[in-house]
Amino acid sequence: MKKIASVAAASALALGVSAGAQASETLDSVKSKGFVQCGVSTGLPGFSNPDDKGNWQGMDVDVCRAVAAAVLGDASKVKYIPLTAKERFTALQSGEIDVLSRNTTWTQTRDTQLGLNFAGVNYYDGQGFMVSKNLGVKSALELDGAAVCIQSGTTTELNLSDYFREHKMSFTPVVFDTSDQTVKGFEAGRCDVLTSDQSQLYALRIKLADPGSAMVLPEVISKEPLGPVVRQGDDLWFNIVKWSLNAMITGEELGVTSGNIDSMKDSSNPNIRRFVGLEGPKGQGLELPDDWAYQIVKQVGSYGEVFERNVGEGSPLKISRGVNALWNKGGFLYAPPMR
Amino acid sequence: MPSDLKPGVAPSSKPKFWNDPDKRALLFQVLMVLTVVGFIGYLVNNALTNLEQRGITTGFAFLGQTSGFDILLSLVEYDSTHTFGTTFVVGLLNTLLVSALGIILATLIGFVMGVARLSNNWLIGKVAAAYIEIFRNIPLLLQIFFWYFAVLRALPAPRQSIEFGSAFLNVRGLYLPSPVFESGFGLVTIAIGIAIAAVIVLTRWNKKRQDATGQRFPVLWTSLAILFGLPLLAFLVAGMPMSLDYPALQGFNFRGGMTIIPELLALLFALSIYTGAFIAEIVRSGIEAVNKGQTEAASALGLPKGKTLRLVVIPQAMRVIIPPLTSQYLNLAKNSSLATAIGYPDLVSVFMGTTLNQTGQAIEIIFMTMAVYLLISLSVSTLMNWYNKRMALVER
Repeated sequence: MKKIASVAAASALALGVSAGAQASETLDSVKSKGFVQCGVSTGLPGFSNPDDKGNWQGMDVDVCRAVAAAVLGDASKVKYIPLTAKERFTALQSGEIDVLSRNTTWTQTRDTQLGLNFAGVNYYDGQGFMVSKNLGVKSALELDGAAVCIQSGTTTELNLSDYFREHKMSFTPVVFDTSDQTVKGFEAGRCDVLTSDQSQLYALRIKLADPGSAMVLPEVISKEPLGPVVRQGDDLWFNIVKWSLNAMITGEELGVTSGNIDSMKDSSNPNIRRFVGLEGPKGQGLELPDDWAYQIVKQVGSYGEVFERNVGEGSPLKISRGVNALWNKGGFLYAPPMR
Repeated sequence: MPSDLKPGVAPSSKPKFWNDPDKRALLFQVLMVLTVVGFIGYLVNNALTNLEQRGITTGFAFLGQTSGFDILLSLVEYDSTHTFGTTFVVGLLNTLLVSALGIILATLIGFVMGVARLSNNWLIGKVAAAYIEIFRNIPLLLQIFFWYFAVLRALPAPRQSIEFGSAFLNVRGLYLPSPVFESGFGLVTIAIGIAIAAVIVLTRWNKKRQDATGQRFPVLWTSLAILFGLPLLAFLVAGMPMSLDYPALQGFNFRGGMTIIPELLALLFALSIYTGAFIAEIVRSGIEAVNKGQTEAASALGLPKGKTLRLVVIPQAMRVIIPPLTSQYLNLAKNSSLATAIGYPDLVSVFMGTTLNQTGQAIEIIFMTMAVYLLISLSVSTLMNWYNKRMALVER
């Protein structure tokens, strides 16, 4: 199936039927289609996962919804395309999707050699290890000789090799296509350790039959800045996705939420007046309606709301803000000023 | 002038070229070739232009870059410091490994089951028929999942391994003692070479002698004695230059010895049992295609049953069996790419999966992978065609 998808994408490139690279072509096609095509994961709780009614939910899904709210004024106008780690870049390169929002790590190779642009970071992550509690392991440094389940086509695979090489330990990689399969392999005992980004480990842990039987080790062995990705060469679309994300972060900074934004519209605070599109640059440079940022917060929420709802205290994952707090609250999140 | 008109003689001038069927055919063939070449050229050019326009790196330079990831099973020396070129070789060898083992095993299963289905013994015949009908009619991917998730996953954890002497079986695979060759083992290798050569010479000599005098020599037993005796003798003379490395439980897993990973076992079982069912039917049809008169003639000449099968029926059946058998071998080699579903590190999983994703060079990698499968299939096919020619009926 993966093979077919890759071959199809490669032939799409060869036939030249895919979207071209002229400025704003993506925006035009999104407007004429009436929806944003968004590449998401095949199911990762907290980031992109369908709920029991089949509606996609999660941090990454909310980035797609924010883009749809800004461009089309309706956050529900998104078509979700589930992709495996292996398929994701080809799908974006060939124009099958408009934006890839699928817990994708920003690296130099991906940013420079694949014809892609990372529009920012919506979650700062790091790779960790999950082990079964009855192994009695307390640190990743005790993992010499372990069999490790891992998802193919990820930076995780590379970090893992680096980490074990650096610490002169040996390991057996057991590579699966999807994160679901890695969980199955872990549960069946094919491997001692499951490795992935820490946020994913918490998400995958609640998929276990008995989540209490496994624990996440304290070591974080890599930097994994995850963010939305667009095709290179369409600067306007790149800006739209980048500023949709910035608007969510700025929204939290200004204290606006989906609940209070209507009452804040009359605020005398110039920052808020610029945010809701009453003053300042409005939507001009982005070729969007003036109230684009208002629509994002109204329909999707500020970054803080999105975080709490999907992965924070309001979710089964209960991940603390940590480095994903705002810059003035001890985290890394920092959006350039909207003016 | 009337003298020019000679009735009954064709006009001497050549017909117009569009009226000459040979030339017309040539013209259309040239046009067709030009169209195909032009179309392919257009596709290649278009792809290159698009890739360049989007700033996607092209070319095969990535093959020299360090891969940075590890692979579960490698027949050559490999770790994450090797290049993407090496990952290609590792994946290719893993594909060849499972294909070769699968072809051997499927052939064995197929021939045994094909003959068994024709057995006069009711039970044997029905068991063979049931096997064929069940495994031929379930999709291969499901069978791979069945072996991997249902059968092998039922095995115990490493610390509760099932022991067979110094071999261990658990959910991580089958752990066997591995031979460690010490200096002086070269003598044994040479002895094996000499033994094989001797057996070939012996067989030829026996055939010549039988043709000339009709006398037969017990080649089978002598050959076996040479094949096993000579290397054993060399082994003892050289002072037993080989020891065994036993697997032992250390930490989480067994270390030492050699490991046959469950992914390989599951894929091998699924491929050979599935293809074996098809081969069984091919063998049955081949045997049934041999005229009953042949068997009757053989028994009239006093040939025992075993020899009738070996010398009369099988050689004739092979002519029917080989062509469809070839396509089953090709199917098996190509189906081995389903390995990626259970994480067996074959070419598709390692090269078209991980390597493609780490480098992002889809077109080059998919092209290389397709070329490899084409090459494997063409080689198998050439080999089988050669064998088919050898087995073909020699008209005298």
